[in-house]
Amino acid sequence: MVIETTIDIALLTLLALTAITLVRIRNLLAVILLSGIYSLLSAALFVTLDAVDVAFTEAAVGAGLTTVLLLGAIAITGRDQTLTKHGRLLPMLVIIVTATALIYGTLDMPLFGDPFAPIHTHVAPHYLNNSWEEIGIPNVVTSVLASYRGYDTLGEVTVVFTAAVGVLLLLGKPKN
Amino acid sequence: MDKKPKKITIILREVCKHIIPAVLLYALYVQFHGDYGPGGGFQAGVIFAAAIILYSLIYGRDKAQILFPPHIIHIFVALGLLIFAGVGFVTMLLGGNYLDYNVLSHNPQHGQHLGIFLIELGVGITVAAVMITIFYALDEFNEEQ
Repeated sequence: MVIETTIDIALLTLLALTAITLVRIRNLLAVILLSGIYSLLSAALFVTLDAVDVAFTEAAVGAGLTTVLLLGAIAITGRDQTLTKHGRLLPMLVIIVTATALIYGTLDMPLFGDPFAPIHTHVAPHYLNNSWEEIGIPNVVTSVLASYRGYDTLGEVTVVFTAAVGVLLLLGKPKN
Repeated sequence: MDKKPKKITIILREVCKHIIPAVLLYALYVQFHGDYGPGGGFQAGVIFAAAIILYSLIYGRDKAQILFPPHIIHIFVALGLLIFAGVGFVTMLLGGNYLDYNVLSHNPQHGQHLGIFLIELGVGITVAAVMITIFYALDEFNEEQ
């Protein structure tokens, strides 16, 4: 228990430090590499939450592929961020209002790990109790993603497909 | 995004030569083992694409495109999605709801296994092809400038 708490505190501290550095730094190359580190730290955090499927995706997509694709993108756009000249007061105001609204929103949320939270009393018990009988595969995450929530996954794949179509329309060479 | 593959050291080339087959094999393991452990089509597709992109970075895009030509990859981008959506239509033709895999086999559980296998395959194909396509497009665009 003590070890888990220590790991959580260490990871969250590193996550906060990375986020602050990300905001302050101007060199986009460093920003991309730092966001890769941010993803890797998040993946480690997901592992401590026993969400290995999510951690796997975060490590592969966030820390791995996105970094390479973004490096390819800044080769096109240039490495340095152009500084905007408008004042700082309005952005600050927007951030304060948004942050206040978000923090106010969290006050209603159930406590972390609360067994009576709405998310644990809706369809989740059905999935956990009946997955083995209805689907018959050991990994409940896969049975939810692929079977119970097949529509959502179809939508996700369509989004990924659309990404390729968009990139080809913007950057692809017309054939003759 | 290296435009001069010759500058890449022998160490990188040799290390990658040994890593890439293992990564490809691992992608297949993640693809077909998603029912039992963490992973599935999405992760497998990304890992598979990562291996091809690594190959492309080290040995040059030209060589990667001999193995995985863009016009074929473009077909796979749509093919995966069509497999996924097609499974839904097949289940409808067999009298079930859209993406209700129970009707794919006499035993509902076997139907579920088959359905999940097929749609995960579709997800893997589309995700891998999309990632490779985006990488090719960015790299080509950089080269032209």
